[in-house]
Amino acid sequence: MDLTIGVLALQGDFREHLLALAELGVLARPVRRVEELDTVHALVVPGGESTAISKLAVDFGLAGPIRERIAAGMPAYGSCAGMIMLGAEVLDGRPDQVTFGGVDMVVRRNAFGRQIDSFETDVELDGIGEFRTVFIRAPWAETVGPDVEVIGRIKGGRADGRIVAVRQGRVMATAFHPEVTGDLRVHQTFVDLARGYLDQ
Amino acid sequence: MAVTIPLPPLIEESVPVSTDNTTTTGTARVKRGMADMLKGGVIMDVVTPEQAKIAEDAGAVAVMALERVPADIRAEGGVSRMSDPDMIDGIVGAVSIPVMAKARIGHFVEAQVLQSLGVDYIDESEVLTPADEVNHIDKWPFTVPFVCGATNLGEALRRISEGAAMIRSKGEPGTGNVVEATRHMRQIRADIKRLSTYDEAELYAAAKELRAPYELVAEIAESGSLPVVLFTAGGIATPADAAMMMQLGAEGVFVGSGIFKSGDPAKRAAAIVQATTFHDDPDVVAKVSRGLGEAMVGINVTTMPDSERMATRGW
Repeated sequence: MDLTIGVLALQGDFREHLLALAELGVLARPVRRVEELDTVHALVVPGGESTAISKLAVDFGLAGPIRERIAAGMPAYGSCAGMIMLGAEVLDGRPDQVTFGGVDMVVRRNAFGRQIDSFETDVELDGIGEFRTVFIRAPWAETVGPDVEVIGRIKGGRADGRIVAVRQGRVMATAFHPEVTGDLRVHQTFVDLARGYLDQ
Repeated sequence: MAVTIPLPPLIEESVPVSTDNTTTTGTARVKRGMADMLKGGVIMDVVTPEQAKIAEDAGAVAVMALERVPADIRAEGGVSRMSDPDMIDGIVGAVSIPVMAKARIGHFVEAQVLQSLGVDYIDESEVLTPADEVNHIDKWPFTVPFVCGATNLGEALRRISEGAAMIRSKGEPGTGNVVEATRHMRQIRADIKRLSTYDEAELYAAAKELRAPYELVAEIAESGSLPVVLFTAGGIATPADAAMMMQLGAEGVFVGSGIFKSGDPAKRAAAIVQATTFHDDPDVVAKVSRGLGEAMVGINVTTMPDSERMATRGW
């Protein structure tokens, strides 16, 4: 069976994720409807505005089904807003904001500040190595549960030590956007992870 | 004596704003990337914190703070400027989504003030009264990114070469009439398509004709798209208007007077958000178009005198 990865295409930079996956030779398709979710083995939640993605996912009946699929073991990866969507709880979000779960973490939205504070930096990622990361009004994981593996932290500056890349079982999340850098190593790691579960 | 005018840098490595070891803010990638995250979304004009809340509740990806919406600027006349800083602070405090704000064309001090207020994006906008009839703002030195309007590819490229990190059609704001936005979206797309058929020699002539830097023209001929995100703006008033612009190649939508000059702003705003996401699904667009109450009345652009047009501001 060929691995098919869906990219949640309600809002945000889903096209960049689709392109990154296509470049890795993976069949990737946009997901906006429950029927489309049913055809994919894994899901990427893109960068974007988490409040808008949350609202659209609720309005179009996707939030529940995605949450159930992830709970049932569907591999998932989220960048930035996608990290917020894959957390257990959101700080500085809207009261009506929902998440899909997947990683036992509390995520702080816009944790680094406003757009003028958005930045690029190098982050050492476990299993990947040094990575040029782009943070845009990015979140961080404020706290993580005992089963969460921390893959990357900010080094130096005001946010020294903050958690910006995590993995728990089949779910990965990064506060930064590998999809806008052209460096495919994070996507490759997720594809390998998803493929591993497909073969089981 | 030959004078060489240095071209503005197009890649992020050459425009660092502040550096702390390996950490850099305000790079082209960070500025253009911010626009990437707004894609597929709707940015709504608001003049008060209350309106900003309604926009956020409806699923807007950002709000645009301005003194008066274009329809009121048209009705009331006078000079239109950047919003009052207190009002911008109020809007920034009221919502958690990004806040954009408009500065007058060429008014670099309004832009400096907006950056110091911490807005997330500046719109150097023809909706306000231009402050300089020769020069647009040099946008490269700013940490905050800029969006600018364009009616055709040449104008878009001139703005990008000045540092714009996002482009939108100008349309004819405050009219509730989508005809000019349609014209601009089709024009920009047709210009890009034409470039991709040109050979090397023709690209030099094309750059001259477009009054844009050759390097940018060649880059677009090669890639077949702008190097920055392209949104639509100007006259969008209904969910179907938004969906049509998306089908014409817009990557997202600005709605100005269309929401808060309509009968039921909250409902219309949510409907335009949904129609933008499902722009290629007529069943969804039909469903969300029901029961929205009155749309803004609108103005027939074809009978409008040139002196009243905003799209001709900027060059």
